Order: sequence, then structure tokens, then C-alpha cells
Amino acid sequence: MSTPPLDATAAVPLDEAPVAPTRRRRRLDGSVLGMILRNRKAAFGLAILIFFGAVAILAPVISPYDPDKFVARPHQPPSRDFLFGTTGSGEDVLSQTIWGARISLGTGVIVGVAVTLIGMVIGMSAGYFRGRVDDLLSLIMNVFLIIPALPLLVILAAFLPPGFWTIVAVLTVTGWAWGGRVLRSQTLSLREKDFVSSAVVSGENSYRIIFREILPNMMSIVVAGMFGAVTFAIGSQAGLEFLGLGNPSAISWGTNLYWAQNNSALLTGAWWTFVPSGASIALVAFAFTLVNYAIDEVTNPRLRSQRETANALKKAHQKLGTSRATPVIRERGTASGTATGD
Amino acid sequence: MSYVLRRLGFYVLAAWASITLNFFLPRFMPGDPGDAVLGKLQGQARPETIEAMRKAYGLSDDPLWQQYFDYLGNLARGEFGISLSNFPTPVTQIIQSSFGWTLLLGLTATVMSFAIGNILGIFGAWRRGGLMDSVLPPLLMFIGSFPYFWLAILALFFLSFEWGYFPLRHAFSDDLSPAFSAQFFGSVLYHLVLPAGSLIVISIGSWVLGMRNAMIATLSEDYVTMAEAKGLPQRRVMFNYAARNALLPNITAFGMQLGFVLSGSLLTEIVFSYPGLGFQLISAVRNLDYPLMQGIFLGITFGVLLANLLVDLLYVRLDPRVRGT
Repeated sequence: MSTPPLDATAAVPLDEAPVAPTRRRRRLDGSVLGMILRNRKAAFGLAILIFFGAVAILAPVISPYDPDKFVARPHQPPSRDFLFGTTGSGEDVLSQTIWGARISLGTGVIVGVAVTLIGMVIGMSAGYFRGRVDDLLSLIMNVFLIIPALPLLVILAAFLPPGFWTIVAVLTVTGWAWGGRVLRSQTLSLREKDFVSSAVVSGENSYRIIFREILPNMMSIVVAGMFGAVTFAIGSQAGLEFLGLGNPSAISWGTNLYWAQNNSALLTGAWWTFVPSGASIALVAFAFTLVNYAIDEVTNPRLRSQRETANALKKAHQKLGTSRATPVIRERGTASGTATGD
Repeated sequence: MSYVLRRLGFYVLAAWASITLNFFLPRFMPGDPGDAVLGKLQGQARPETIEAMRKAYGLSDDPLWQQYFDYLGNLARGEFGISLSNFPTPVTQIIQSSFGWTLLLGLTATVMSFAIGNILGIFGAWRRGGLMDSVLPPLLMFIGSFPYFWLAILALFFLSFEWGYFPLRHAFSDDLSPAFSAQFFGSVLYHLVLPAGSLIVISIGSWVLGMRNAMIATLSEDYVTMAEAKGLPQRRVMFNYAARNALLPNITAFGMQLGFVLSGSLLTEIVFSYPGLGFQLISAVRNLDYPLMQGIFLGITFGVLLANLLVDLLYVRLDPRVRGT
């Protein structure tokens, strides 16, 4: 594990090499993870996620009021005492937003992990064993993919008794197939590689090959898929709760929006009751998207080479003046030589 | 041909799976929702309502397999049962009356989002590093991560309630009745702007990004360089050589998105009180109208399957490679 992947070392700029021994901080530096962390988008996204994670954990400490208590006149606009105003039943919106982070993020993380694990086992088995097993598992995945998720979510949630675990179960059932299909196709192509053949020949157990040999090579896709699943879960949970299919007495961002609508926040102009919770969901989802985008940028060689070309152009103060299908950059004065777009 | 047949088989299987799910869901629920509702209604509902409910909940005494085949037979004859909340109306009639609105809303939004998004993506990839390429994707990504119904609420609140630019609810003005008149169509269009607009804004980002990335990959293909070397006009290289091939993955995605036409507008319909299938579905859920709920679910599912079949047929025309396999 100590040697960084080949492509990552190749991407380290040459002029940094001589000072390397003292300047190099940690092993992370050259690895894919290090490159992701140094990506501006990823850093911004992670900062947002850490912020909301801390808010969720510290809710009892930082929340100014009891989120369930009547603390002031209903529908008061934001003020010094109530930074985000009060709800239609006189609760503090800020406290509700802070406490809401717990259930919303909790559901998101639990569903994200569950969905990823199921997708991993089923998708990778299908891709590894191929043949009949693949036919059957792909069929199941495709059926789950094609049945429209939102109506299915609604009728499942309508029949099952409302509650936290119902929502988790329903979201897991409807959400696993997408990641499973992505992992299947990735496994299919990795299975052709020599290191898998040699593991097979040396008599390793199938599941050891899948999880110890193949899985580490597609970690970025697994992680990206998990972040996507968490985003899906947070959004869908809020949607279900907004429709009144969750547990309306538990405080989450979705139920906050549900109550805002039920207390006719739109009619009374109480925008502060539905803006904070919705904005929180939007920010968390955006943060996950940013991190995913960064992972894609770092691990997808096509996007990376494109970005590096763009950076090189920026350094050389060049612009693609005329846009053509295959951009050609002519030498101008002392500027660097000729570069072509990928 | 065998490709189309295989797809057809798959859709039949998917339809069967959703029918079976629909059949067993109310019958295997803990605590039997049927009994609970019947208990609540005892004494205030007409006998035929209760009879219809008993059927819907599977409270009949026939063995399960017989109920199952009865159910399949009913569906095959197009009998989806009778709505409980608007009693003697058959479920199919309610579906028919709201299906058009959902289709109008969903199709307008999906097609416009697809068209605009792909065109933006083509130009974004063409002028790499340009203003549109650097500002638009992050902006769309940000808006795309809004919870969908929240964006709709914001739009409704600010554009309708506060500033009064757009109507508050429904698909056409209350003082009009459906007619072939310019006034009616104008009213329908006017009521469509916000629901469709919010759907477009939220879904366009994935098209732009998908198309842009596919274009970048396609532009590095040899045949694009070849076309360029032949000195073909840029417009032709861009659309006939690069974009046409880059579009293929997005067409597949479009097929999957067609499900969105029927199901994705569900939350929009709630927020804007748009009288489509989603609106009916939620009011069915609120009224514990299980036959209507299940009928709408099946209706939406069948619509999605049919749409996907159409996309498969289109794909055969567009991509000659699948014809051979």
C-alpha cells in the first residue's frame, strides 16, 4: 500500500521533484486521495459537510431553544431573539433546523451505506461470475431501475407503518439498483485484467478476489456512488416527509417543510419557515456533488488531461481564440511551444 | 429484431413484477390496513363501498392464488377497481382525466430540458474554457442539488404569491371551461410556465454536463480530426460528426428520464396543485383510497415501460450497431 499508483506519480510536476524529501508532507500527497483533498471543489464541499455534521452532533449544545416547545408568537420574522424567526406553531426555526440535521443526515448516511453495500454485493457478483448469474442479477437490477421510484416510494410508504426505519427501508429498496449496475459494468471490465486472471489461477476464493483484488481498484466509483446515494436519500426522504408520509412529529428538514406548508407559510408570507431547511438540504446535496465532481476530475483521465491543458494555457496566457474541433495553439512570441487539446 | 423481442420480454416481465408487487403489498402488510380503515368507516359508508374495499384489501375468503388470478384477469380486462374516495367512479376514469395534464407537464418539461441542455452542452464543449463552459456547469450543479419541491415552493412563493406574475394553482383559469379557444390554450400555457419551468431548471444540469463530457470525448476521436482535416465547415463537424455521436448516451439517459415524465412531476403537481396523476396519487394516499393509489401506480409504471419500449425502437434506428447484436 505504500507505493502510490503509477498515474498519480506521473502527475506530480517535475519542478517539485528536487525539493521533494523535505517538502513532502505525508504519504497522502501523491496519492489519489491527496489529489482529491487538494482539489478546491472537494475542499469546499468537505468543509460544508463537516459543518453540517458538527451541527448535527452538537445539536443539544448549540440549539438556542427546545425545538418542540412553544417559545414565542407564531410566524414571527427573524429577529435578535429568534435568528430564523418562529414557525406557525410558535417554535424556534433555528433550533428546528439544527435538530433537523440529525434525522436528515442520519437517514442519508444509513441509506447511503446500505444501498452501497447491497449494490456492491449484487453488482460485483453479477460482473464477476458473468453468464447465468449475471443474467439473473442484471434482470433484477433492471426491473428495479425501470419501476418509477417516486410513485413506488409513495405507495410503499403509504402501506407501511410510518417511522424512521420505514423510510430507511423504503429508500434502500428503491435505491440500490443504480449503483449496482454501475459497479457491475466496472467489474466486468476489470475482470479481464491480468491481475484477476492470475488470482484466479493461483486458486484464490471468488469472494476474496472480488473484495480484495477488484474492489480496491474501483474504490473511487464506490465512494462516488455512495455520495450519490446519500444525496438521493436526503432528498427523497425530505420529499416523502413533505408529502406527509414520514413521521410528522419527528423533527427533520423534511417535516419542517411539511409543517411550513401545512401552516400556510406561503399565504402568510412566512418565508423564513421554509427557506432554512430547504437551503440546508440544498447545501448538503451541493457539497456531495462537488466532492463527486472532484473525484471524477481526479480519477477520470480524460477530464484530468483536459483540465491540465486548460491550466497550461492559463499559465502561458493563451486563449483558444477561434474554437475548432481540434484546437491548435500557435506559438506567440516567447510563449511555450505547441499544444493540442486532447 | 431479436433485440426488440428481448426488450419486449423484459418489459413484460417488469410489468408482471410491478403487478405482483401491487397485489401482495396490501395483503402482507403488518396490522392489515384494510381492517383499520373498515373499522373507521363502519356505519358511515354504503354497503357497496365496504364490499369494494373488502375486495381491494384482499379480504375475500378465496385462497390467495385464486385472488391473484382474479386480479390478473381484472387487469387484463382493464378493470382497475373502483375509487373509494369518489365512490362509484372507476379508477380508470380518474386516471384518464388526469393523465393528460401530467403528460402535458412532463413532456413539455422533459423535452425542453433535453433540447436546451444538449445544445448548451454542445456549445460548452465547443468553446472549452469559455464563459459558458466555466460559469454554467457549477451554477447548474448548484441549482440541480436543490430539493426539487423546495425550488418549486420558492418559485411559487416569490413569483406568484409575492409578486403575482403567475397563477397560484390549477392547470387553467377557474372561470374558463375546456374548449378549443385561443383564450383557453393561453390560460393553459400561462399556468404551465411555473411548473414546467421549475422542472426544466432543476433537470437541465445533468444534460448539459453529460453532453459536454460526451462531446469532449467524441472530439478526440479520429473521425473528427479527419473531418477537420478535410476542411469541412465547423458547423458540420460540430453537429454532424461530433454531436450526433455524443448524443447517443444521452438518448439512453433520455429513455430512463421518460419515467420522469410521468413520475417526476409528482411533487411539482402537489406544490402547484396541478391536476395530474401525482396530485391524484397523493390525494388517494391521504384519503386511504387504496384502489386508486394502486391503479395510479400501475398506470404510471405501464406508461414508463411503454415509453422505454419506444426509446428502444428509436435507438435501433439511431445506432446501427445494436441491430446486429
